[in-house]
Amino acid sequence: MRFESPTTTREAVALLTRERGDAYVLAGGTDLLVRMKLDLIEPDLVVDIKGIAAMQSIRTTASGTRIGAAVSCAELGENKKLKKTWPGVVEAANLIGSDQIQGRCTMVGNLCNASPAADSVPALMAAAAKVVIVGKKKRRTVAIEKIITGPGETSLARGEVIEAIILPRRPPKSGDAYLRFIPRTEMDIAVVSAGISLKLERGVIKSARVALGAVAATPLLVPAAARAIVGSKLDDAALEKLAAACSNACKPIDDKRGTIEYRTRVVGVLARRAAKIAYQRAGGA
Amino acid sequence: MPSVLVSTTINGDAVEYACPQDETLLDSLRDRVGLTGVKEGCGTGDCGACSITLDGRLVCSCLVLGVEANGREITTVEGLSDGDKLHPLQEKFIEHAALQCGICTPGFLIAAKALLDRNPNPTVEEIRYGLAGNLCRCTGYDKIVRAVQAAAKQMRKK
Ligand SMILES: Cc1cc2nc3c(=O)[nH]c(=O)nc-3n(C[C@H](O)[C@H](O)[C@H](O)COP(=O)(O)OP(=O)(O)OC[C@H]3O[C@@H](n4cnc5c(N)ncnc54)[C@H](O)[C@@H]3O)c2cc1C
Ligand code: FES
Ligand code: FES
Repeated sequence: MRFESPTTTREAVALLTRERGDAYVLAGGTDLLVRMKLDLIEPDLVVDIKGIAAMQSIRTTASGTRIGAAVSCAELGENKKLKKTWPGVVEAANLIGSDQIQGRCTMVGNLCNASPAADSVPALMAAAAKVVIVGKKKRRTVAIEKIITGPGETSLARGEVIEAIILPRRPPKSGDAYLRFIPRTEMDIAVVSAGISLKLERGVIKSARVALGAVAATPLLVPAAARAIVGSKLDDAALEKLAAACSNACKPIDDKRGTIEYRTRVVGVLARRAAKIAYQRAGGA
Repeated sequence: MPSVLVSTTINGDAVEYACPQDETLLDSLRDRVGLTGVKEGCGTGDCGACSITLDGRLVCSCLVLGVEANGREITTVEGLSDGDKLHPLQEKFIEHAALQCGICTPGFLIAAKALLDRNPNPTVEEIRYGLAGNLCRCTGYDKIVRAVQAAAKQMRKK
């Protein structure tokens, strides 16, 4: 295996495109090195992106917040401004693993690993995040929900690298939240999870996005669940409709963490609780 | 692929080693540098026995490549004591019998130091969360938590 540590995105893309064998991007390595250790993959080339300046910073621009692909989740948690603007996204990212894992892992690695239970992904979907993808010929900006296509599968073409995540500008009177359920308090994979972002106008929900984790082959954006609460003040009837829409949308599996029945029911409970937190954060009563 | 030369700083000293490019930093530290305080429990990020700090950040050395340490600063358990004088965490681990087989201890010491550097007066809950990435199959954790509390108290006095 050959290890490269380029200093520009363009160089990283060139290295990945030129390689004839199996080439992988290395961000925090908390998925990649585990897969190497378990002999699930045998890379010929590993391209470390942590030396690329454009991927290392968190910047606020006129159109929102740009988070470099190599920024660790620990750094997200230390960024007071980001925590205040997108608390749901940061709380999701900070749920990943232990302090040791936090010091290395990234949201883009979480996304590209494409686990149905990836914690940061539903929160990013709810936040209407986009990713900047750089390929050999062009650079494109794509909605986050277009990236994961199946367990371990993404829509990225060979040689393409994600350079950054773009979070939109936070409108006034809006809030987000993410909750996951695990049987212990730390260090476990989500049984179910829910991310919600919503915007209020005079106490009434004007728009919303609801995304669920670990209840289907990919994290799910559920427009029907968002419609269930838009136009409401998040009264009990709206919360009931939200829970029903979430339970309806999920196509979970039975495994050691939970049964289909259990996941289908608990996803509604989590969505209701996350919606209440987001509503409160948006300034709703 | 030939080995590559890595120049790094370990526990304050400049260190060079050559390693294959797919070797983990855990293996480089143990097999090339001879720092066997770093332990392998799982090799997959779950147990924390291989904990070190890399440029001041707590990480699992089993999830870092040896080549990634080039130009970086590493602290391992061997760097905790001041010559023959043990670090307060080491003293309190002994006093409180916070170890049995000892395999998890270096990782716990490094993780506890990272925690106390950030938060000199943690609650029991904060200690348990802060050390959630470290597994111990012997002690049942209570003695470890008490040792960390006692060390924190002593370190605040200084
Ligand atoms: C002990 C432990 C606990 C964990 N707990 C959780 C948890 O609670 N929740 C959770 O969701 N996950 C968890 N994980 C999984 C993992 O930590 C996360 O998925 C993490 O976010 C991966 O990020 P990374 O930067 O380490 O990715 P890496 O391992 O560096 O990369 C992951 C994949 O993405 C690709 N990739 C990375 N960056 C890019 C890029 N910029 N462009 C294109 N491709 C890229 C890599 O090639 C690789 O295939 C855990 C892992 C461990 C070892
Ligand atoms: S050996 Fe690294 S975490 Fe277990
Ligand atoms: S003392 Fe044996 S594993 Fe902790």
